[in-house]
Amino acid sequence: MQKQAIFQSKLLPYALVAPQLAVVLIFFYWPALQAVIQSFLLQDAFGLSTSFVWFDNYVELFRDAAYFEAILRTFFFSFAIAASSLSFALLLAVMADKPLRGSMLYRTLLIWPYAVAPPVVGVLWIFMLHPSLGVLSRYLRALGIDWNPLLDGDQAATLIIIAAAWKQISYNFLFFLAGLQSIPKSVLEAAAIDGARPMRRFWTVTFPLLSPTIFFLLVVNIVYAFFDTFGIIDTMTRGGPGKSTETLVYKVYSDGLLGGNLGSSAAQSVILMIMVIVLTGIQFRFVERKVTY
Amino acid sequence: MALRHFGTAAAVALAVGLGASPALAVTEIQWWHAMTGANNDVIVKLANDFNASQTDYKVIPTYKGNYPDTMNAGIAAFRAGNAPHIMQVFEVGTATMMAATGAVKPVYKLMAETGEKFDPKAYLPAITGYYSTSKGEMLSFPFNSSSTVMWVNLDELKKANVEIPKTWPDVFAAAKKLHDNGHATCGFSNSWITWVNLEQLSAWHNVPLSSKANGLDGFDTVLEFNGPLQVKHLEKLVELQKDKTYDYAGRTNTGEGRFTSGECPLYLTSSAFFGNVKAQAKFNFTAVPMPYYPDVKGAPQNSIIGGASLWVMGGKPADDYKGVAKFLTFLSDTDRQVYIHKASGYLPITKAAYEKAKAEGFYKDQPYLETPLLELTNKEPTENSRGLRLGNMVQLRDVWSEEIEQALAGKKTAKQALDAAVERGNTMLRQFEKTAVK
Repeated sequence: MQKQAIFQSKLLPYALVAPQLAVVLIFFYWPALQAVIQSFLLQDAFGLSTSFVWFDNYVELFRDAAYFEAILRTFFFSFAIAASSLSFALLLAVMADKPLRGSMLYRTLLIWPYAVAPPVVGVLWIFMLHPSLGVLSRYLRALGIDWNPLLDGDQAATLIIIAAAWKQISYNFLFFLAGLQSIPKSVLEAAAIDGARPMRRFWTVTFPLLSPTIFFLLVVNIVYAFFDTFGIIDTMTRGGPGKSTETLVYKVYSDGLLGGNLGSSAAQSVILMIMVIVLTGIQFRFVERKVTY
Repeated sequence: MALRHFGTAAAVALAVGLGASPALAVTEIQWWHAMTGANNDVIVKLANDFNASQTDYKVIPTYKGNYPDTMNAGIAAFRAGNAPHIMQVFEVGTATMMAATGAVKPVYKLMAETGEKFDPKAYLPAITGYYSTSKGEMLSFPFNSSSTVMWVNLDELKKANVEIPKTWPDVFAAAKKLHDNGHATCGFSNSWITWVNLEQLSAWHNVPLSSKANGLDGFDTVLEFNGPLQVKHLEKLVELQKDKTYDYAGRTNTGEGRFTSGECPLYLTSSAFFGNVKAQAKFNFTAVPMPYYPDVKGAPQNSIIGGASLWVMGGKPADDYKGVAKFLTFLSDTDRQVYIHKASGYLPITKAAYEKAKAEGFYKDQPYLETPLLELTNKEPTENSRGLRLGNMVQLRDVWSEEIEQALAGKKTAKQALDAAVERGNTMLRQFEKTAVK
């Protein structure tokens, strides 16, 4: 089979991709470049006085022990969010894949949370688990647990991880379900005839056949945990108590937008960008080898 | 015939043109604000009244989110060359706005240039002091001002047989008693942890928060709030947090429901909490002045304000500024100020409005609405109690809160936490100093 398309004119293929390229350049590369430029500048919030400071913003970041703590914290959060939302979504998808009555209804219900905006997720969980407003907090306290995420950093971190993972479960569920349904039934039936029990069938047949989906979702979830959790953090803990829920992307927001320190904020986003590029690269280089398409 | 028709058509066209021209000549004045609920209604009414009072200008109020959101939206709009005429900025944004020479038009200059009648002495000095240079030039127009008060659940205090406490030791004792009498989760608490327990505490005891008159005399200010008074106060809070005689309620005002629900019978927060208390509290309540430490000489001093002011943005046509100035004059009107005061619970900003509200007997039924005014005017403001002007204040507060949270969680001692808050805050102040327009 021939893989390459044949164009008569040399310009035509370029003309065809030009609109797409223009969109990518204007909406992705231009802002990224702006961030890089901004990261070398020291500027007041209004942009009235600007001075070029070379790598000062970066140097200052790496001198700050809190920044390294934020990096470690972000990695921990990302893996905790990705791992919990992936495994839970897979469990739900496997259960929803069974031929059951009313499956359409609860499949739809499981997908709904994805339509909720991150800050709203934050507010929802606050109503459940806020130490004074929360409905669940009362029960937790009745059980003898001193539930106070306003002061207890570990509890606050748990809260963020649960809320962020919860929101992503629907998305993962959707892909897992589609992946499960595309696995040929004949393969599973053959395995069953050979005497493989459900658990064994899952681990030896279903799971490997799902691996492309799992890999894709792993990348998406890590990127989500890195970038999209900030709305949840902002509404729930604002990075506190102490700094126990301040992730890199929240720091970008609080330093840049709240603090008006655009140079440092830009430097942080450049580092964040590099980190995610490297992370995704590693995933494709090493994890993808285990994936069978 | 045809000619006559033509004449009629021309006359009609002319008439339409004339009719339309005043509409075209109306200068629009954009007003970005952060007011919600009943306070938003006040803003809309003010704009409508102003628009109805004359035909040359039209004030268009736009809600832009909470205080930081509104400020960020304004800054972003300015960078895009699209700033509104009037921007409501909360008091902690004052230094940032002030440092932006050229981005803003100082109110005293605006009034002088447009020839509007303007007497800075007509305004309450405790309020305008916050928004004026050390020479007394008013930079922004005070709009909604409040101060910290202690809200008291009278029913619960009576039940526990506790008097309304006046001093901090009294508060601690009262809270202990309340804690043992059905308020096991919260004897007393507060919102805005740094505003109440650092900023107001310092001013109320005439102790500096930072050098250079708390930043009013220059951006090269150094934080000084790790002194004995503040450390002693935080130590006490840490101690009481252990059994929830005091219970931390968060950095902003999210914990205020704990007062209206009856959980915390003593609660320190803004006087602007009045609207919510009135709407939600199912008990007798009042608001009393902040407690003080009687062993500090001269205490209590005077409190400082919270709330927001209106900043006029720079770079607009002269004609627009005339409208803005007219609008500020319109807002300063005594009756209007009395209306704002009554409808929103914020303070009247002019002396005349205060006197008028008093003469009308407004405070007889609701004495607690006068409490913040009495606090603000308790004594002639000193260097330590005129106001605060620290750059990056929003972020500074977050850093201070972080450290206080560490202390309350038992991870640091009060002294260690405040030392760290001062040190980290100073780094940020130096950063701000570097970027401030000289």
